[in-house]
Amino acid sequence: MELLCPAGSMPALKAAITHGADAVYIGLKDDTNARHFAGLNFDQATLHEAARYTHSAGRKLHIAINTFAHPDSFLRWQQAVDMAVSAGADVLIIADLAVLAYAAERYPHIELHLSVQASATNAAAIEFYRQFGISRVVLPRVLSMQQVRALARTSQMDLEVFAFGSLCIMAEGRCYLSSYMTGESPNTAGACSPAAFVRWQEKPDGVLESRLNDVVIDRFNPDETAGYPTLCKGRFTVGSDTYHVLEEPTSLNTLDLLPELYKEGIRSLKIEGRQRSPAYVSQITRVWRAAIDALLTAPERFTVAAEWQRVLNSLSEGSQTTLGAYHRKWK
Amino acid sequence: MKFSLGPVQYFWPKTQMQQFYRQAADSDIDIVYLGETVCSKRRELKFEDYKALACMLREAGKQVCLSTMTLLEAPSELRELRRYCDNGDFLIEANDVGAIGILQENNLPFVAGAAINCYNQHTLNRLLAMGLSRWVMPVELSRDWLQQLLQQESIMDIRSSFETEVFAFGHLPLAWSGRCFTARSEDRHKDQCELCCIKYPQGREVKSQDGTQIFVLNGIQTQSGKCYNLLNQLPSMHGLVNVVRLSPQPEGTFDWLQKFKANLHGTAPQPLGKNESNGYWLNLAGMVMKIG
Repeated sequence: MELLCPAGSMPALKAAITHGADAVYIGLKDDTNARHFAGLNFDQATLHEAARYTHSAGRKLHIAINTFAHPDSFLRWQQAVDMAVSAGADVLIIADLAVLAYAAERYPHIELHLSVQASATNAAAIEFYRQFGISRVVLPRVLSMQQVRALARTSQMDLEVFAFGSLCIMAEGRCYLSSYMTGESPNTAGACSPAAFVRWQEKPDGVLESRLNDVVIDRFNPDETAGYPTLCKGRFTVGSDTYHVLEEPTSLNTLDLLPELYKEGIRSLKIEGRQRSPAYVSQITRVWRAAIDALLTAPERFTVAAEWQRVLNSLSEGSQTTLGAYHRKWK
Repeated sequence: MKFSLGPVQYFWPKTQMQQFYRQAADSDIDIVYLGETVCSKRRELKFEDYKALACMLREAGKQVCLSTMTLLEAPSELRELRRYCDNGDFLIEANDVGAIGILQENNLPFVAGAAINCYNQHTLNRLLAMGLSRWVMPVELSRDWLQQLLQQESIMDIRSSFETEVFAFGHLPLAWSGRCFTARSEDRHKDQCELCCIKYPQGREVKSQDGTQIFVLNGIQTQSGKCYNLLNQLPSMHGLVNVVRLSPQPEGTFDWLQKFKANLHGTAPQPLGKNESNGYWLNLAGMVMKIG
């Protein structure tokens, strides 16, 4: 069972490797990946450095090229594939089926994983993508544990699941809420609720208001912690109730499910957060490394240490975590 | 240019559905899409009921397509999907690639729905090779995007072998989740939803704290708060769009059809306001309403 950690920079990548990641995933400095944030990601020079560093530690480097190519600049997605392969990537994580096909035909030796952005949530979809030479599918965060189990038992494909981090509550790759509000979406721009559209305003009564492209996402009383205005985590009104209509600010944490994910043969646990700091990556990686090692040493005696949960909670959005869709009650 | 009625996105009682499709049969719509695309728990109409409606509409001279579920998770949903794909009679709108795989296996043509991630000419070419006969563009794309895509050499050569369709009227389907937001709005879990969507024939309005309508909750689907309306953009669709889709609303759908048809060449524009939007088509944020 692989621990796959995020890195948005060389220091984060080194942190992940130092603290026990089996593999690290990164993206390029453009809109070919779904974390296209200012100051983040790798250019040609740092990409080579990342590959060298990762390989000298005996770990694997995955490169995410997981947005959908634009009609007038398909070449940029092809070049991203070329650049990633020539830098020495072990794995490409791809969502667009034309980009997948290009990679599979041009570089038959390279390992291809289907990005979560491709929204493969069922056995028929996984079969569909098999024709593009993929060897692993990253499952969207909309499935219950029962559904993950059913897929693991019926599909011959290696499966990767999200284990920890920011929680997308919509089927990834099929959410246009961000472009509806700002014009930029994960699929087209590699962005969700982009920072350039965020405005904060403190009201005379001390209430802090967050807006995204002028739409009020939330209002915080002075005693509340204000979170980033990700549009699916705001407080809105339905009928006469104002509440977190879609989801609360919270992070996904599947530590409790670890033995079950292991039992079902889930190949890889993915930690979300390429936009996070090296310190964050260090702490998360350390906890998950310890948990996986404890599990592999004695699966039948595995228990979740209170200290692990304390660290993970402290690193979570709104300092709370959820099992998300894995737990049926969440739905 | 032809006009189509998309699948009913909401959960309506059987009598309302049958009444709606009788109206459709009497209208001058060209193409009708039928089927449950949002939630497999909605079973007011079963497969056989949809098939009966499909036959009735075909006899009334309509081209009929069966639309399939968008977010497929359970094995039971895949079995139902196979029944649709194996219907032996009607064209299928695939809203998940799982459906495309099944249709490709059986050498059957298909319509790729708006939730299929086809963003460029190379993906479209691949889908064409698999049997695509009509492409419904993802809702977040613009006229510019469509034009650029269709101008590519690899597409221009084969442009007559497929049709393009654009979602042009109705609340836009923007997201699908494992969670049911209508059930959540009633403080229920999805497993105990009691099919409460049936109480909201046009979904539940979501407003921001300063009163702007931002979304509509429709079960596991989140829709645009504003009603997308490209009536005044119809003249800019000629040469690019073969089929203009209207998404059924509980009231006024067929009146809008008449208004759309009247403005095909821009001679009967309509005043549209703050509850409507046209941003996506104009390469702006989807919620924007640009006038003039």
